[in-house]
Amino acid sequence: MSNINYENEAATLSKNKLLSAKSLTCIREDRLLFEALNIDVSPGDIVQIEGPNGAGKTSLLRILAGLSQPYEGSVYFQAENISEQREAFHQNLLYLGHLPGVKDEMTAQENLEFNLALHGLNKATAESTLAEVSLLGFEDTLASHLSAGQHRRIALARLWQSQAKVWILDEPFTAIDKLGVEKLEQLFLHHANNGGCVILTTHQELSLPAERVKKVTLAYRFY
Amino acid sequence: MTQLSYRAAFALIVKRDLMIAFRHRDDIINPLLFFIIVVTLFPLGVGPESTMLSRIAPGIIWVAALLSTLLSLDRLFKSDHADGSLEQMLLSPHPVFILVLAKIVAHWLLTGLPLIIIAPLLAVLLHLHESSYNALMLTLLLGTPILSLLGAIGVALTVGIKKGGVLLSLLVLPLYIPVLIFATSAIDTAAMNLPYDGQLAIIAAIFFASLTLAPFAVSAALKVSTN
Amino acid sequence: MMWKWLHPYANPEISYHFAGKILPWCTAFAALFLTIGLTWALLFAPADYQQGDTFRIFYLHVPAAMLSMGIYLGMAIAALSSLVWQLKLADASAAAMAPIGATFTFIALVTGSAWGKPMWGTWWIWDARLTSELILLFLYLGVMALHNAFEDKSLAGKAAGILALVGVINLPIIKYSVEWWNTLHQGATVSKIGQPSMTADMFWPFLVCFIGFSFLVTALICLRFRSEILTRNSMRPWVRSLVAEEEKADAI
Repeated sequence: MSNINYENEAATLSKNKLLSAKSLTCIREDRLLFEALNIDVSPGDIVQIEGPNGAGKTSLLRILAGLSQPYEGSVYFQAENISEQREAFHQNLLYLGHLPGVKDEMTAQENLEFNLALHGLNKATAESTLAEVSLLGFEDTLASHLSAGQHRRIALARLWQSQAKVWILDEPFTAIDKLGVEKLEQLFLHHANNGGCVILTTHQELSLPAERVKKVTLAYRFY
Repeated sequence: MTQLSYRAAFALIVKRDLMIAFRHRDDIINPLLFFIIVVTLFPLGVGPESTMLSRIAPGIIWVAALLSTLLSLDRLFKSDHADGSLEQMLLSPHPVFILVLAKIVAHWLLTGLPLIIIAPLLAVLLHLHESSYNALMLTLLLGTPILSLLGAIGVALTVGIKKGGVLLSLLVLPLYIPVLIFATSAIDTAAMNLPYDGQLAIIAAIFFASLTLAPFAVSAALKVSTN
Repeated sequence: MMWKWLHPYANPEISYHFAGKILPWCTAFAALFLTIGLTWALLFAPADYQQGDTFRIFYLHVPAAMLSMGIYLGMAIAALSSLVWQLKLADASAAAMAPIGATFTFIALVTGSAWGKPMWGTWWIWDARLTSELILLFLYLGVMALHNAFEDKSLAGKAAGILALVGVINLPIIKYSVEWWNTLHQGATVSKIGQPSMTADMFWPFLVCFIGFSFLVTALICLRFRSEILTRNSMRPWVRSLVAEEEKADAI
């Protein structure tokens, strides 16, 4: 192990970085996805993780969110290791993965209300928030009767109420129409301008000003 | 940001799980039917002689309870894992301990409690000794939560595996052995009109030990499974 | 950090070569002690005055039973150090131990029932110790099955480790409950496996056998540990160069 002095490294981390990853190495099913990867995300950053399928984009996002543990290296939120301040970090984190986390047995509104309440947000706003993702009229429809795109929009609706600083979004635009994508991009920009940060993967080109988007490219490795 | 108290977070998840289960009633009814059918099979298999049935009744009821709990365990985390709500819960700003305990409590309310309610009826079918009914109810009351708690460890470990069903029983059933032994012995002792406080005390001790330790094992296992 | 001395062994390459170095020693000692011990126990130690030569299976059964429990404990300790101190290699050593432990449990079961046959007139009896051994075998098989069910070996190690820890907490409870259950149903059992008080001329051959089996277990664990390291690091350069060297040696 080459990175034994995590504590010292943490001391040199700047407090004004929201999220930093130091020398991350990830191995999945005997394949090395990335090695000694460093990422720094400051308030106002929109970071797009690029790379071909299988390059480890999702694995990276899950490590940054603290869902997966890297083989080596650590992730720091405001200069403190995320594993040592789980609850403080999670209060400031909004992660949306491939799966929307929507229960078929609950209505659109119940799903959103639960999501908001679970993250300590005011669930009274659920109805007006559903309007933001054009689900007005579907509040009382069971999620089992809604489409995949609508499920995703229920999950995304939380973004409008979120007070978390760090947004980590895995393919947020999947099954979202053009208008919806534009609306989301404006929301990301607004969030970044207010001192937050967005880390996302997407297959489509962002229509945001190029200077606002930082890119991190992962390469596919065959061994 | 308003921070939910531990109690509110606990209540939120129990309420949600109960609501989902009541909209999907098969999940509650099927393990219960399984319990009843397994118990019915025994008289057909070993003969209807009432002295024999009353002697093996505690064992039958408890083994059937173990199996039907096992059958219902999947519900604890499987669908939440499949649709991504499990990882959202793990990423919420609450201790995983609270979330896990809430899910286990909801599971017990949906599977353990119905078993306890239906058990006296099955005891009648098996000619359980009259003085054993209290012991049966008490052991089920203390024992079924243990089944949910220990079972949760097994589900948490296998939730990410595609064919985890059979594996789950291999992992969980050996852990159920002490409960089975002390519970059936308590019922047997009661049939002889002897005090069975000793057995109950041991089951209670196992209950408290698993109540404090199992949620930690489940949290650790979920961290591995969602990795 | 009190665990700093472990640091060099956290490197898979160093551990691989270290295990390779102690392997021949363990094998040699195992061969030496087992040859002496088994010859002594089977040919020269006195026969039991009640059980006759049947008793000699004791020299195989008891070490196997003791080691089967010991290996489970070792596996749990390895799992604990992997979970608490994040020692990645501890996973590999726990994974290396499980099948060996299961084998010794199986040996203890078979020898136990073979010992029981002349005494009880039946191959199987729900004797407390045999029953606990049987449940221990289930626990081992559970750990192994869980380990095999994961594609990703590092996840497999962690999951199996958690199960081993849960098992080691439950093991005393299971053992106690089975013993208690057995005394409860004593009426049905003929007699427990007679463990006569050990005299000195039985103790020394037993000790030599036990030490021999312990070395054998260590050697087997080293062997499996090495192959676990290789499979987990198959894409690392040092393993690739190792393979290249082997191939070169084969070519000559």
